[in-house]
Amino acid sequence: MSTHSEAIDRVDGATTKAFITVWFALLFMTGVEVLLAYEQIPVVIFLTALVGLSVIKAALIIAYFMHLKFEKLSLFLTLFPMLILCIILMLLIFMPDSNRLMMMRPR
Amino acid sequence: MTSVWSGGRSPYAVNSKKFGMWLFIISDALTFSALLMAYTYVRLATPNWPTPFHFSPSIIFSTVMTFCLLSSSLTMVMGVHAMNHGRRKAAVAWILATMVCGAAFVVLHLTEWLNLIHNEHVTPFDNPWGVPLFGGTFFALTGLHMTHVVIGLIYLGIIAFAVARGKFKAEDVEVSGLYWHFVDLVWMFIFPLVYLMSAKI
Repeated sequence: MSTHSEAIDRVDGATTKAFITVWFALLFMTGVEVLLAYEQIPVVIFLTALVGLSVIKAALIIAYFMHLKFEKLSLFLTLFPMLILCIILMLLIFMPDSNRLMMMRPR
Repeated sequence: MTSVWSGGRSPYAVNSKKFGMWLFIISDALTFSALLMAYTYVRLATPNWPTPFHFSPSIIFSTVMTFCLLSSSLTMVMGVHAMNHGRRKAAVAWILATMVCGAAFVVLHLTEWLNLIHNEHVTPFDNPWGVPLFGGTFFALTGLHMTHVVIGLIYLGIIAFAVARGKFKAEDVEVSGLYWHFVDLVWMFIFPLVYLMSAKI
């Protein structure tokens, strides 16, 4: 098999420069997360900041490294709304209850 | 006019292997979501939750482990890129670099586990702070993730071996890349929620 016939027939999504930029962005956000851990922030705000940054990092990995930004929209619509809905359902049903013990403690 | 959904064509414009891997990734993401959710629940609901992760070595180790996984994702995407352009030798080299980063992650993680077991006396069922759920949830979550990394290393090893011998196509490398990026993505949630949320200040 010649190497030429293996060449792709579709547009190759991102460039090397884009990959390296995304890699730097991910490293930067990881650094911010570590710095936040050593600031005195209330636990719920800290948790929200960490999850927010992690969601941005996950979105960058999925869009660029996993190439989803360059796939057809139908693939994204088939896979992700259901996943996000399930996660939101778990969050809404279980997470508020995790504070119950804190609320019950005498002030 | 026939619709793209009426058969005979791929409505997603991806091959079946890639679509299969995406479906696996979504189901695996739900597994990890449920575990992370359970961990965060007990973390918030337990007032005396232990904070055994000292800056040195635990936080330094886990930050370096994050660097290893992020870099391995970069080398993997470069491997897929090389293979898409028919450069098999370069693709093999990039995949091997990915495996080196992945192996470094496993070695660092095992060292960190041993540090926790020997110096902090944490086991899956007991710890000095009387919060057994800490060890249970910590080892279950990080253990399942490490299993994924080890399976990924074996998977990438097979792919690299086959590509070096002139077998497999670009799409096979791309599908293995999807799996590897997912393993990286899961760590992006485990590192802050498990390590940083329980860092010893």
